[in-house]
Amino acid sequence: MKFNVLGTTGILASVALLAACATTEEEVIEVVEEPVIEEPAMSKLEMAQMELEENVGHRVFFGYDQYNLTPEAQATLRRQAAFLMMPENADLRIRIEGNCDERGTREYNLALGERRAEAAKAFLVGLGVEPTRISTVSYGKERPIDPRSTPEAWAKNRNATTRIVGDTEAMI
Amino acid sequence: MLRHALLALVAFMLPVAASAQVEIDITRGRTDPMPIAIPDYLSSTDADLGESVAEVIRNDLTNSGLLAPISEDAFIEELVNINVTPRFADWRVIGARVLLAGEVMDLGDGRVQINTRLWDVVGNQQVGSVAYKTPRENWRRAAHKVSDFVYSQLTGEDGYFDSRIVYVSETGPKTDRTKRLTIMDQDGYNPQTLTGGLNYDVLTPRFSPNEQQITYLAFFEDRPAKVYLFDIETGVQREVGEFPGMTFAPRFTPNGDKLLVSFALNGNSDVAYLDPISGKLDRLTSNPAIDVSPSMSPDGRYITFASDRGGSQQVYVMNADGSQQRRITFGEGTYGTPVWSPRGDLIAFTRQHKGRFYIGVVAPDGSGERLLAESYLVEGPTWSPNGRVLAFHREEYPGGPVRLFAVDLTGQNLRRIPTPTEASDPAWSPRLD
Repeated sequence: MKFNVLGTTGILASVALLAACATTEEEVIEVVEEPVIEEPAMSKLEMAQMELEENVGHRVFFGYDQYNLTPEAQATLRRQAAFLMMPENADLRIRIEGNCDERGTREYNLALGERRAEAAKAFLVGLGVEPTRISTVSYGKERPIDPRSTPEAWAKNRNATTRIVGDTEAMI
Repeated sequence: MLRHALLALVAFMLPVAASAQVEIDITRGRTDPMPIAIPDYLSSTDADLGESVAEVIRNDLTNSGLLAPISEDAFIEELVNINVTPRFADWRVIGARVLLAGEVMDLGDGRVQINTRLWDVVGNQQVGSVAYKTPRENWRRAAHKVSDFVYSQLTGEDGYFDSRIVYVSETGPKTDRTKRLTIMDQDGYNPQTLTGGLNYDVLTPRFSPNEQQITYLAFFEDRPAKVYLFDIETGVQREVGEFPGMTFAPRFTPNGDKLLVSFALNGNSDVAYLDPISGKLDRLTSNPAIDVSPSMSPDGRYITFASDRGGSQQVYVMNADGSQQRRITFGEGTYGTPVWSPRGDLIAFTRQHKGRFYIGVVAPDGSGERLLAESYLVEGPTWSPNGRVLAFHREEYPGGPVRLFAVDLTGQNLRRIPTPTEASDPAWSPRLD
């Protein structure tokens, strides 16, 4: 939503600029002040997701055909656990999405993605996060975040991604 | 839809030679295709249809890699009556080995009768004849039936042209793909979208043995993927069973009573039977490794599956009750998606080694491994109903389009199966009745 607002403003500005370039001296261009667009207030869930992505870390990465958690992945998950166990976040629920790179068959990668998501979940649970707050899903190799076929892209696409999906009160 | 009622095999007889002299050995690795002459089918009322029927047959037989239709420009004799013995010398001199002569008769009630005679122009005799009555709009299927007739007459084995392929059509960028279930004739005609694409994707469709149902994986954003059933006649789809966790990699057993699936829960994938009626899950493996992609032998006695229990993913075989699990592949790299041939003698697989993918076959005892196709990505083999051709999807180079391909069991005759969009996960139907 935030990006849409920015995008619209950007387009308005560039149209005004183009118009200015195409203008000859005889024409008078009246500069109209752009309407101020108010950003809608973010919901609590969106705020939490933003905090997760920008400060906590919402994604952990895996080695090729691996589902063990690297020290970096464990550090990220520790921060996630601390975040989820803060009193003000106690009602947040998350979904962990397991993903794989393209170098494997569809069916095997569905199983591997499930392992990755479950490995991340088990680690969070081990740190005290209530298992009922965590759902998991495997996307196998079907949802790459980097479409390229390079070692760098593959490394990005082997991940478990944590998303805030709701609060427990909303579930009742 | 009672498809079989649409096509009636009708009596159409001339004295037929007792035994054919002309034969194609389809087990040989490399063999020049046999030259065949296929003039446009005769029709007093509908020349266009006669031309179209012949074109479908020419295309089928060309794709088989076993026959090479001769250009019509070379023809000397102009057939006027298919019930008259052709001038064999006229066909021999243009290099033909066999001649397919046919006609389309308008029966006046919305149906047509398609009559065909196959001549051995070197042995100067008729090889066989066949005739079908069918509603006019069904002419394409009748033409495929004729292709099957030619194939079986010349090879001694059943053809596969009157069959369909269900696959996953793929549109949109790689990071936001839409995947829909699509069905088409085996030659790529009549593609029809069945389901998927709105808020869910579909993967790995497979036909039931009676061709009336398709089982597949439906893939939602917010919950684990589940095995579904789609009824072709009614268009109704439904989730099979209700479990926590994910069910995937479905395949029908050969008698169609049950599904074989993988199910994943708490980070462990195992292989199980899934009863499509009761939704009951019956576990077959209970190994902490990833066990996936089960496929049953046509006699119902064995199941092949893939497992990484030995460190890397390999192909295993077990008895139908889950006992005697044994590894059958030992090559370098990994092996996945094993699928048992309808003939029972081979298991096709996807192999991955040093950044390349391969489609190959191996005997159920692990002997005689052969690789038939190779690319940046080739995956998910499916057998033609007669077990002589494998279809699969291929991405020829990194980031390239995903397309359907087929290759003969001999490793020859690699060819693209045309689809209107990018396509993956082909599954060949049984032969239609």
